[in-house]
Amino acid sequence: MTSTVSTGGAHAPSAPEFPMPRAAGCPFDPPPALKEEQEQGSLRKVRLWDGTTPWLVTRYTEQRALLSDPRTSADITRPGYPSSAPVRGSSFSFILMDDPEHARQRRMVTAPFTIKRVEAMRPAVQKIVDGLIDDMLAGPPQADLVQAFALPVPSLVICELLGVPYADHDFFQENSKTLISRSAAPEERGAAHANLIGYLDELMGDKIARPADDLLSGLGARVGAGELSRRQAAEMGVLLLLAGHETTANMIALGTLALLEHPDQLTLLRDSDDPKTVAGAVEELLRYLNITHGGRRRVAVEDIEIGGEVIRAGEGIIVPNDIGNRDPDVFADPDRLDIGRDARRHVAFGFGVHQCLGQPLARMELQVVYSTLYRRIPTLRLDAGLEDLSFKHDGSVYGVYELPVAW
Amino acid sequence: MKVILDQDKCVASGQCVVAADDVFDQDDDGIAVLLDPNPSSDRADDVEQAAAVCPALAIRILG
Repeated sequence: MTSTVSTGGAHAPSAPEFPMPRAAGCPFDPPPALKEEQEQGSLRKVRLWDGTTPWLVTRYTEQRALLSDPRTSADITRPGYPSSAPVRGSSFSFILMDDPEHARQRRMVTAPFTIKRVEAMRPAVQKIVDGLIDDMLAGPPQADLVQAFALPVPSLVICELLGVPYADHDFFQENSKTLISRSAAPEERGAAHANLIGYLDELMGDKIARPADDLLSGLGARVGAGELSRRQAAEMGVLLLLAGHETTANMIALGTLALLEHPDQLTLLRDSDDPKTVAGAVEELLRYLNITHGGRRRVAVEDIEIGGEVIRAGEGIIVPNDIGNRDPDVFADPDRLDIGRDARRHVAFGFGVHQCLGQPLARMELQVVYSTLYRRIPTLRLDAGLEDLSFKHDGSVYGVYELPVAW
Repeated sequence: MKVILDQDKCVASGQCVVAADDVFDQDDDGIAVLLDPNPSSDRADDVEQAAAVCPALAIRILG
């Protein structure tokens, strides 16, 4: 018996495992094996935890093309979908659905993320950031930046926007951590998901009974109007709560670490009064760090000819944005952190109809943070060796667990 | 130059507004609105940026 029957790709029999490990001592760079795959060609086959061999798309151009191609599906329940863990349950938020249902649900929550509404929140975010820095400066001159600053900033903002009591943050942060951890057992992740759904469902009941001027109350009204089931509303709440703090928190802590390790870039950022310099630095740090490192997942619904290969209907597709953002054909000297470059076309937020809904808010929060923290604490320094830090290799969002700093 | 916007495709990312706020705006739900379908040529870089970063490929530029 032979096992060399091709499944649409010439590389399948020796397909490397995905995800791949990063190199020790290089916390900001994508895995070297991923870089090697990119050098070999744009479309490669990889092997997942369950033995399936989906396509890995490594070049920027093909990544954008496939993520915006209607012949690809984000529906996790379709056969061939390259899931990162066993698929649980039967109800999912709209990021794992296709249009038109995806578009219908997504449009219910786009209003708070318009540029005008986000800009209107800037003074409130500035106040949150300044208040947390005041607290840091009032205590001893050292802290874990993750707990003292990076996590509270986006948590306070998203709680305010959604109408979630911040007092409950220990509960939902603990469960969020388990839910997105690759090393947690499936039962543990299932329990964490059930906890979060239960919490949001109860909160949704309060919002329906006593509506306020927040996003969850808006969803509650849609449940009342029959546009959304209460379960769907709770799923959306979990998605927004999770996406709203995990990602930005990691960009704050890991971004700060990257800047402390590149003091020339930190000085450029700190010494500039130009909001465009700050905005540019945010884009470059998003490109360079690309914290969503598990790869966007899709399955082909028709045959797609691309990058010299044919992706057959039913084959899985993985798009790791981190390596796309290091494509030397698009970003010169891509492994160099250069806050002066024009990095705005990066794919850190994904691309296509599923691109991150909260990106205007994330960008604004990061602009406020990066233009305030290092100026108000100019002597901020790492209070540990780089080799002593523990990085989130096992999660779907990359970052650092703790960031000891002193000033 | 002539700009064409397909509002049915728009996913409300708002990135066109960030790139060129004199050419694009958003309605209350974030759907892009074309303020100026014939921007002058000195706006070319920003409008091309808007089209390039639009995740839904909803912006086309002619000429």
